[in-house]
Amino acid sequence: MVLEKYILAAITTNPSKIPSGTAVFHCEDKKEMEIIAANLEAILDGIAHALTEELYVIVKH
Amino acid sequence: MSEYTYPILFGLAAGTLTRIYMLRTDYRQYPTYLHGKIIHVALGFIAAGLGTVAIPSIMEEDFTAITFLTLAASQFREVRNMERNTLTELDSYEMVPRGKTYIEGVAIAFESRNYLVIFTSLLSTLGYLLFNIWGGLAAAVLAILISTKLMSGGRLKDIVDVEFVEPRFDGAGLYVDNIYIMNIGLPERQEEVLRYGMGFILNPKNFNARSTIANLGQRQAILHDVSTALGVYRDSGTPALVPLAKRDLDDGRVGVFVLPQEKDINKALKVIEAVPTLENAIRMPSERQTNGKGS
Repeated sequence: MVLEKYILAAITTNPSKIPSGTAVFHCEDKKEMEIIAANLEAILDGIAHALTEELYVIVKH
Repeated sequence: MSEYTYPILFGLAAGTLTRIYMLRTDYRQYPTYLHGKIIHVALGFIAAGLGTVAIPSIMEEDFTAITFLTLAASQFREVRNMERNTLTELDSYEMVPRGKTYIEGVAIAFESRNYLVIFTSLLSTLGYLLFNIWGGLAAAVLAILISTKLMSGGRLKDIVDVEFVEPRFDGAGLYVDNIYIMNIGLPERQEEVLRYGMGFILNPKNFNARSTIANLGQRQAILHDVSTALGVYRDSGTPALVPLAKRDLDDGRVGVFVLPQEKDINKALKVIEAVPTLENAIRMPSERQTNGKGS
Protein backbone atom coordinates (compact mmCIF):
# COMPACT_ATOMS: atom_id res chain seq x y z
CA MET A 1 0.00 0.00 0.00
CA VAL A 2 1.30 3.44 -0.86
CA LEU A 3 0.61 6.08 1.74
CA GLU A 4 -0.21 9.56 0.62
CA LYS A 5 -0.40 12.52 2.95
CA TYR A 6 0.10 10.69 6.18
CA ILE A 7 1.48 12.02 9.46
CA LEU A 8 4.41 9.81 10.32
CA ALA A 9 5.51 11.50 13.55
CA ALA A 10 4.98 14.59 15.63
CA ILE A 11 7.68 16.52 17.48
CA THR A 12 6.71 18.96 20.19
CA THR A 13 8.08 20.98 23.05
CA ASN A 14 4.68 21.44 24.64
CA PRO A 15 3.43 18.29 26.43
CA SER A 16 -0.12 19.63 26.53
CA LYS A 17 -0.31 19.72 22.73
CA ILE A 18 0.32 16.05 22.09
CA PRO A 19 -1.61 14.69 19.14
CA SER A 20 -2.89 11.16 19.59
CA GLY A 21 -2.63 8.32 17.12
CA THR A 22 0.91 9.01 15.98
CA ALA A 23 4.45 8.67 17.25
CA VAL A 24 5.31 11.70 19.41
CA PHE A 25 8.77 12.96 20.29
CA HIS A 26 9.00 15.25 23.32
CA CYS A 27 11.76 17.79 23.26
CA GLU A 28 13.22 20.17 25.80
CA ASP A 29 13.57 23.17 23.56
CA LYS A 30 13.19 24.40 19.98
CA LYS A 31 16.77 23.55 19.08
CA GLU A 32 16.39 19.91 20.06
CA MET A 33 13.05 19.82 18.24
CA GLU A 34 14.69 21.03 15.04
CA ILE A 35 17.49 18.48 15.27
CA ILE A 36 15.06 15.62 15.81
CA ALA A 37 12.80 16.87 13.04
CA ALA A 38 15.74 17.08 10.63
CA ASN A 39 16.81 13.54 11.45
CA LEU A 40 13.30 12.16 11.21
CA GLU A 41 12.81 13.92 7.91
CA ALA A 42 15.82 12.13 6.44
CA ILE A 43 14.96 8.77 8.02
CA LEU A 44 11.27 8.70 7.19
CA ASP A 45 11.56 10.38 3.81
CA GLY A 46 8.85 12.85 4.74
CA ILE A 47 8.70 16.61 5.02
CA ALA A 48 8.92 18.42 8.36
CA HIS A 49 6.11 20.94 8.51
CA ALA A 50 5.80 23.55 11.23
CA LEU A 51 2.24 23.77 12.50
CA THR A 52 3.11 26.14 15.31
CA GLU A 53 6.33 27.27 16.94
CA GLU A 54 6.14 24.31 19.31
CA LEU A 55 4.71 21.57 17.09
CA TYR A 56 6.28 19.96 14.02
CA VAL A 57 4.84 17.06 12.07
CA ILE A 58 6.58 14.80 9.57
CA VAL A 59 4.29 14.18 6.65
CA LYS A 60 4.71 11.65 3.86
CA HIS A 61 3.69 13.17 0.53
CA MET B 1 12.75 -3.74 -62.79
CA SER B 2 9.39 -2.23 -63.37
CA GLU B 3 8.56 1.36 -64.18
CA TYR B 4 7.73 1.84 -60.52
CA THR B 5 11.05 0.73 -59.05
CA TYR B 6 12.72 4.14 -59.01
CA PRO B 7 9.66 6.08 -57.84
CA ILE B 8 9.18 3.58 -55.01
CA LEU B 9 12.83 3.73 -54.01
CA PHE B 10 12.65 7.50 -54.15
CA GLY B 11 9.53 7.60 -51.97
CA LEU B 12 11.13 5.21 -49.48
CA ALA B 13 14.25 7.34 -49.26
CA ALA B 14 12.26 10.56 -48.89
CA GLY B 15 10.09 9.08 -46.13
CA THR B 16 12.96 7.55 -44.18
CA LEU B 17 14.98 10.76 -44.40
CA THR B 18 11.97 12.72 -43.14
CA ARG B 19 11.75 10.38 -40.14
CA ILE B 20 15.46 10.80 -39.41
CA TYR B 21 15.08 14.56 -39.71
CA MET B 22 12.15 14.52 -37.25
CA LEU B 23 14.08 12.30 -34.83
CA ARG B 24 16.38 15.04 -33.68
CA THR B 25 17.61 14.63 -30.13
CA ASP B 26 16.83 17.87 -28.38
CA TYR B 27 16.78 19.08 -24.80
CA ARG B 28 14.15 16.50 -23.93
CA GLN B 29 16.95 13.99 -24.28
CA TYR B 30 14.78 11.43 -25.87
CA PRO B 31 15.57 9.16 -27.55
CA THR B 32 19.27 9.48 -26.82
CA TYR B 33 20.28 5.89 -27.09
CA LEU B 34 21.12 4.21 -30.35
CA HIS B 35 18.65 1.38 -30.04
CA GLY B 36 15.75 3.73 -29.48
CA LYS B 37 16.70 5.54 -32.66
CA ILE B 38 17.02 2.33 -34.64
CA ILE B 39 13.49 1.32 -33.62
CA HIS B 40 12.07 4.59 -34.87
CA VAL B 41 14.08 4.71 -38.08
CA ALA B 42 13.00 1.14 -38.83
CA LEU B 43 9.36 1.97 -38.16
CA GLY B 44 9.78 5.10 -40.28
CA PHE B 45 11.09 2.92 -43.10
CA ILE B 46 8.04 0.67 -42.83
CA ALA B 47 5.78 3.74 -42.85
CA ALA B 48 7.59 5.06 -45.90
CA GLY B 49 7.07 1.71 -47.61
CA LEU B 50 3.36 1.75 -46.90
CA GLY B 51 2.96 5.30 -48.14
CA THR B 52 5.02 4.88 -51.24
CA VAL B 53 3.34 1.77 -52.69
CA ALA B 54 -0.11 3.31 -52.39
CA ILE B 55 0.28 5.40 -55.57
CA PRO B 56 1.51 2.57 -57.86
CA SER B 57 -1.36 0.40 -56.56
CA ILE B 58 -3.87 3.06 -57.57
CA MET B 59 -2.23 3.44 -60.96
CA GLU B 60 -2.42 -0.30 -61.51
CA GLU B 61 -6.10 -0.06 -60.58
CA ASP B 62 -5.48 -2.39 -57.68
CA PHE B 63 -7.74 -0.45 -55.36
CA THR B 64 -8.11 -3.08 -52.69
CA ALA B 65 -4.38 -2.79 -52.04
CA ILE B 66 -5.12 0.54 -50.40
CA THR B 67 -6.76 -1.28 -47.51
CA PHE B 68 -3.33 -2.17 -46.18
CA LEU B 69 -3.05 1.45 -45.12
CA THR B 70 -5.43 0.47 -42.33
CA LEU B 71 -2.64 -1.83 -41.19
CA ALA B 72 -0.50 1.22 -40.80
CA ALA B 73 -3.01 2.79 -38.45
CA SER B 74 -3.00 -0.14 -36.02
CA GLN B 75 0.76 -0.56 -36.41
CA PHE B 76 1.49 3.01 -35.39
CA ARG B 77 -1.05 3.09 -32.63
CA GLU B 78 1.17 0.40 -31.20
CA VAL B 79 4.12 2.80 -31.44
CA ARG B 80 2.19 5.21 -29.27
CA ASN B 81 1.53 2.51 -26.69
CA MET B 82 5.16 1.49 -26.71
CA GLU B 83 6.38 5.03 -26.11
CA ARG B 84 3.79 5.64 -23.43
CA ASN B 85 4.71 2.47 -21.57
CA THR B 86 8.45 3.07 -21.76
CA LEU B 87 8.24 6.66 -20.62
CA THR B 88 5.79 5.87 -17.83
CA GLU B 89 8.10 3.17 -16.53
CA LEU B 90 11.08 5.49 -16.63
CA ASP B 91 9.20 8.41 -15.13
CA SER B 92 9.21 7.00 -11.60
CA TYR B 93 13.00 7.22 -11.58
CA GLU B 94 13.15 10.84 -12.71
CA MET B 95 14.17 13.45 -10.14
CA VAL B 96 11.36 15.61 -11.42
CA PRO B 97 8.90 13.44 -13.35
CA ARG B 98 7.58 14.43 -16.76
CA GLY B 99 4.02 13.74 -15.77
CA LYS B 100 1.39 11.78 -17.66
CA THR B 101 0.19 14.66 -19.83
CA TYR B 102 3.69 15.32 -21.14
CA ILE B 103 4.26 11.61 -21.77
CA GLU B 104 1.01 11.34 -23.67
CA GLY B 105 2.07 14.34 -25.76
CA VAL B 106 5.40 12.71 -26.61
CA ALA B 107 3.67 9.40 -27.44
CA ILE B 108 1.19 11.14 -29.73
CA ALA B 109 4.04 12.94 -31.45
CA PHE B 110 5.78 9.64 -32.15
CA GLU B 111 2.63 8.17 -33.67
CA SER B 112 1.74 11.20 -35.75
CA ARG B 113 5.26 11.52 -37.12
CA ASN B 114 4.91 8.14 -38.73
CA TYR B 115 1.79 9.39 -40.48
CA LEU B 116 3.74 12.41 -41.66
CA VAL B 117 6.28 9.97 -43.10
CA ILE B 118 3.50 8.13 -44.96
CA PHE B 119 2.27 11.47 -46.27
CA THR B 120 5.76 12.50 -47.44
CA SER B 121 6.40 9.18 -49.21
CA LEU B 122 3.02 9.24 -50.84
CA LEU B 123 3.48 12.77 -52.13
CA SER B 124 7.05 12.16 -53.33
CA THR B 125 6.13 9.03 -55.28
CA LEU B 126 3.14 10.80 -56.76
CA GLY B 127 5.36 13.71 -57.83
CA TYR B 128 7.87 11.33 -59.40
CA LEU B 129 5.25 9.33 -61.29
CA LEU B 130 3.26 12.31 -62.53
CA PHE B 131 6.24 14.38 -63.63
CA ASN B 132 9.81 13.22 -63.19
CA ILE B 133 12.45 12.95 -60.47
CA TRP B 134 12.50 16.75 -60.10
CA GLY B 135 8.78 16.76 -59.60
CA GLY B 136 9.29 14.10 -56.93
CA LEU B 137 12.02 16.13 -55.29
CA ALA B 138 9.85 19.25 -55.23
CA ALA B 139 6.97 17.23 -53.73
CA ALA B 140 9.33 15.78 -51.09
CA VAL B 141 10.61 19.22 -50.09
CA LEU B 142 7.07 20.55 -49.91
CA ALA B 143 5.97 17.58 -47.79
CA ILE B 144 8.92 17.99 -45.43
CA LEU B 145 8.12 21.69 -45.03
CA ILE B 146 4.50 20.85 -44.24
CA SER B 147 5.65 18.16 -41.79
CA THR B 148 7.95 20.61 -40.02
CA LYS B 149 5.11 23.06 -39.70
CA LEU B 150 2.75 20.39 -38.39
CA MET B 151 5.15 18.89 -35.87
CA SER B 152 6.03 22.10 -34.08
CA GLY B 153 3.48 23.07 -31.46
CA GLY B 154 3.02 26.24 -29.46
CA ARG B 155 5.31 27.56 -26.77
CA LEU B 156 4.43 28.85 -23.35
CA LYS B 157 5.54 32.38 -24.25
CA ASP B 158 2.65 32.57 -26.69
CA ILE B 159 0.12 32.33 -23.89
CA VAL B 160 1.80 33.73 -20.75
CA ASP B 161 4.15 36.46 -19.58
CA VAL B 162 6.87 35.08 -17.34
CA GLU B 163 8.37 37.17 -14.59
CA PHE B 164 11.05 36.38 -12.00
CA VAL B 165 10.19 36.79 -8.32
CA GLU B 166 12.47 35.98 -5.40
CA PRO B 167 10.77 33.35 -3.20
CA ARG B 168 10.24 34.29 0.44
CA PHE B 169 9.13 32.82 3.73
CA ASP B 170 6.27 33.99 5.86
CA GLY B 171 6.70 31.93 9.01
CA ALA B 172 7.03 28.37 7.76
CA GLY B 173 5.11 29.08 4.57
CA LEU B 174 7.03 29.44 1.33
CA TYR B 175 5.62 32.05 -1.05
CA VAL B 176 6.30 33.10 -4.62
CA ASP B 177 4.86 36.60 -4.81
CA ASN B 178 1.53 36.12 -2.98
CA ILE B 179 1.10 32.49 -4.00
CA TYR B 180 1.50 29.94 -1.24
CA ILE B 181 3.76 27.07 -2.30
CA MET B 182 4.36 24.83 0.71
CA ASN B 183 5.15 24.60 4.42
CA ILE B 184 8.80 23.98 5.28
CA GLY B 185 9.43 23.64 9.00
CA LEU B 186 13.17 23.31 9.46
CA PRO B 187 15.19 26.53 9.43
CA GLU B 188 18.14 24.84 7.69
CA ARG B 189 15.85 23.61 4.90
CA GLN B 190 14.41 27.10 4.63
CA GLU B 191 17.91 28.50 4.15
CA GLU B 192 18.66 25.94 1.45
CA VAL B 193 15.40 26.73 -0.28
CA LEU B 194 16.15 30.46 -0.27
CA ARG B 195 19.72 29.92 -1.44
CA TYR B 196 18.87 27.68 -4.38
CA GLY B 197 15.22 28.42 -5.04
CA MET B 198 13.89 30.62 -7.79
CA GLY B 199 10.34 31.81 -8.20
CA PHE B 200 8.49 32.70 -11.37
CA ILE B 201 5.06 34.07 -11.96
CA LEU B 202 3.19 33.05 -15.10
CA ASN B 203 0.70 35.70 -16.07
CA PRO B 204 -1.88 34.29 -18.48
CA LYS B 205 -2.46 36.55 -21.48
CA ASN B 206 -6.10 35.58 -21.87
CA PHE B 207 -8.86 33.45 -20.43
CA ASN B 208 -7.95 30.38 -22.51
CA ALA B 209 -4.38 30.52 -21.27
CA ARG B 210 -5.64 30.67 -17.72
CA SER B 211 -7.26 27.24 -18.07
CA THR B 212 -4.30 25.81 -19.95
CA ILE B 213 -1.70 26.67 -17.32
CA ALA B 214 -4.04 25.54 -14.58
CA ASN B 215 -3.66 22.00 -15.95
CA LEU B 216 -1.52 19.96 -13.56
CA GLY B 217 0.19 18.14 -16.43
CA GLN B 218 1.20 21.43 -18.03
CA ARG B 219 2.61 22.66 -14.72
CA GLN B 220 4.56 19.43 -14.23
CA ALA B 221 5.96 19.80 -17.76
CA ILE B 222 7.28 23.26 -16.85
CA LEU B 223 8.97 21.91 -13.71
CA HIS B 224 10.44 18.98 -15.61
CA ASP B 225 11.80 21.13 -18.42
CA VAL B 226 13.40 23.65 -16.07
CA SER B 227 14.92 20.84 -14.04
CA THR B 228 16.39 19.07 -17.06
CA ALA B 229 17.75 22.30 -18.53
CA LEU B 230 19.23 23.85 -15.38
CA GLY B 231 19.71 20.84 -13.11
CA VAL B 232 17.89 20.32 -9.86
CA TYR B 233 19.02 20.71 -6.24
CA ARG B 234 17.40 17.58 -4.94
CA ASP B 235 18.03 13.95 -4.11
CA SER B 236 16.03 10.95 -3.04
CA GLY B 237 15.43 11.30 0.69
CA THR B 238 15.04 15.10 0.53
CA PRO B 239 11.32 15.39 -0.16
CA ALA B 240 11.27 18.96 1.15
CA LEU B 241 13.37 20.11 -1.79
CA VAL B 242 10.76 19.75 -4.44
CA PRO B 243 9.94 22.07 -7.32
CA LEU B 244 6.26 22.99 -7.27
CA ALA B 245 3.81 25.11 -9.20
CA LYS B 246 0.74 26.50 -7.50
CA ARG B 247 -2.10 28.61 -8.69
CA ASP B 248 -3.54 31.90 -7.52
CA LEU B 249 -7.23 31.12 -7.34
CA ASP B 250 -8.24 34.74 -7.74
CA ASP B 251 -6.68 35.60 -11.06
CA GLY B 252 -5.35 32.31 -12.45
CA ARG B 253 -1.68 33.27 -12.26
CA VAL B 254 0.65 30.35 -11.58
CA GLY B 255 3.58 30.60 -9.20
CA VAL B 256 6.44 28.31 -10.19
CA PHE B 257 9.03 27.40 -7.61
CA VAL B 258 12.14 25.60 -8.85
CA LEU B 259 15.48 24.60 -7.36
CA PRO B 260 17.97 24.76 -10.22
CA GLN B 261 21.61 23.81 -9.81
CA GLU B 262 22.51 26.78 -11.93
CA LYS B 263 20.83 29.96 -10.74
CA ASP B 264 20.71 31.95 -13.94
CA ILE B 265 17.58 34.08 -14.19
CA ASN B 266 17.77 34.85 -17.90
CA LYS B 267 18.38 31.25 -18.85
CA ALA B 268 15.53 30.06 -16.64
CA LEU B 269 13.16 32.63 -18.17
CA LYS B 270 14.09 31.45 -21.66
CA VAL B 271 13.60 27.80 -20.68
CA ILE B 272 10.16 28.46 -19.21
CA GLU B 273 9.10 30.49 -22.23
CA ALA B 274 10.17 27.65 -24.52
CA VAL B 275 8.21 24.96 -22.67
CA PRO B 276 5.77 23.41 -25.15
CA THR B 277 2.09 24.00 -24.52
CA LEU B 278 0.86 20.45 -24.25
CA GLU B 279 -1.86 19.56 -26.71
CA ASN B 280 -3.72 17.73 -24.00
CA ALA B 281 -3.65 20.71 -21.68
CA ILE B 282 -4.94 23.32 -24.11
CA ARG B 283 -8.41 24.53 -23.20
CA MET B 284 -10.49 27.00 -25.14
CA PRO B 285 -13.42 28.08 -23.03
CA SER B 286 -13.80 31.17 -25.23
CA GLU B 287 -14.76 28.91 -28.16
CA ARG B 288 -17.94 28.04 -26.38
CA GLN B 289 -20.89 30.04 -27.59
CA THR B 290 -22.54 30.84 -24.31
CA ASN B 291 -25.52 32.32 -26.01
CA GLY B 292 -25.78 29.73 -28.72
CA LYS B 293 -27.00 26.17 -28.82
CA GLY B 294 -26.24 23.86 -25.95
CA SER B 295 -25.48 26.60 -23.49
